[in-house]
Amino acid sequence: MSKPRTYQTEAIIIKKTKLGEADRILTLFTPHLGKIQAKARGVRRPKSKLAGHLELLTHSLVSLARGRNLDVIIGSQTINSFLALKNDLWLTSCALYITELVNQFTADNVENYPLFQLLLETLEQLSQMGNKELALRYFELHLLDQVGYRPQLRQCVSCQQPLEPVVNCFCPSTGGMLCPNCSPGQPPSYPLSVNAQKVLRLLQNSDFSMVSRLKIDAQLSKELERVMGGYLKYLLEREVKSAAWLDTLKEQIKLNTT
Amino acid sequence: MEQNPIPAAQAINRLIEELSKLPGIGPKSAQRLAFHLLRAPEEQSKLLAEAILSLKQKITLCSICFNVTESDPCPICRSDQRDRSQICIVEQPQDILALEHTGIYRGLYHVLHGAISPTEGVGSEDIRIRELLRRLEDGSVKEVILATNPNLEGEQTAMYLSRLISPLGIKVTRLARGLPFGTELEYADDITLTRAIEGRQEF
Repeated sequence: MSKPRTYQTEAIIIKKTKLGEADRILTLFTPHLGKIQAKARGVRRPKSKLAGHLELLTHSLVSLARGRNLDVIIGSQTINSFLALKNDLWLTSCALYITELVNQFTADNVENYPLFQLLLETLEQLSQMGNKELALRYFELHLLDQVGYRPQLRQCVSCQQPLEPVVNCFCPSTGGMLCPNCSPGQPPSYPLSVNAQKVLRLLQNSDFSMVSRLKIDAQLSKELERVMGGYLKYLLEREVKSAAWLDTLKEQIKLNTT
Repeated sequence: MEQNPIPAAQAINRLIEELSKLPGIGPKSAQRLAFHLLRAPEEQSKLLAEAILSLKQKITLCSICFNVTESDPCPICRSDQRDRSQICIVEQPQDILALEHTGIYRGLYHVLHGAISPTEGVGSEDIRIRELLRRLEDGSVKEVILATNPNLEGEQTAMYLSRLISPLGIKVTRLARGLPFGTELEYADDITLTRAIEGRQEF
């Protein structure tokens, strides 16, 4: 039983690391092979034919040859370079954030086709979204679905009763909501307004078209960002690095436009 | 890597160990270099050792542009032949070497020592952006040329800097992005081609 020496796959490039003089190790997220690492030779030279097809945030058709340790990229053809994202500072940063999440939440060589679809769709839609923040929250919620951390937002995780339309708490360590009766004495949690709970439930159970129809104000947006950020950080047990950069940008761009 | 060092060859082992810390040099290459030096005239080893030592002792960063230099400020910042109204922003000192080699640019430089890379945790505070903004305060600079690398990090850094600098009333330009000389069109990627078409010039 011998595997063919070369193979071809679609891939989104989600991470790159320098290697040696002119090489890189790329992290590719593929539809059927999951996350894989591969070596790209010579892509840091200006005349590299592959470099432009292997930049971060590019959807490409990649040919690979099996190597001893890492497979080697022998060809690549861009399918979508997401130029609209790359021409915009804020969109590039959002896109880097979601690829970092994908990288953090997945293990090598585990197929996750729905997650690939979600990532691709988000990258495609991001530039057309009215509210990028909501698009990020949508991505986070559906990412959690695909990697097995879907938060329970409909009933109290302690007493199993349906939630009343009052301020309930989201508790990261139990992965769900706690009603006011159960929340005392439980680990630290985020109190969520009725509207925030509604938006989260809606995002969790809808597709992308809903995101562009929703309108929320700045305060609600901040509330959602805080609770999702807290849950992600709890699950990863570390900071999401590019989230800090999003915060810096938000602060400074506001400073500059006013 | 656990080798039993032969007592007599300890000096060689030490050199091999040091050499293999260099980028691109594995244990075998290090061994080859070490034995080469052993056989070569003593003079050669002396020169090499001196060159390495003086590198660390003499080279500092220019306090104005953060280029590597033996004297502070660096020759470019001190020169009265250079156009002080232009600053060219680069990621690494090596980029200055490449640009100076062309001999076409007569302005000053500023080395950022990196590019913004959110997923690696490199933010605006980690590269020399604050120092750049301070240089722009006195109003003598009329044009800032963004010469960061044309990859995702470099582009992002350029877009960010443009957001910061444009409101100061300073002209911000970006190196043209298009096709490298000596290549073939059929292998060019979409982004490069798109920008090459957008940035075409009358011939």
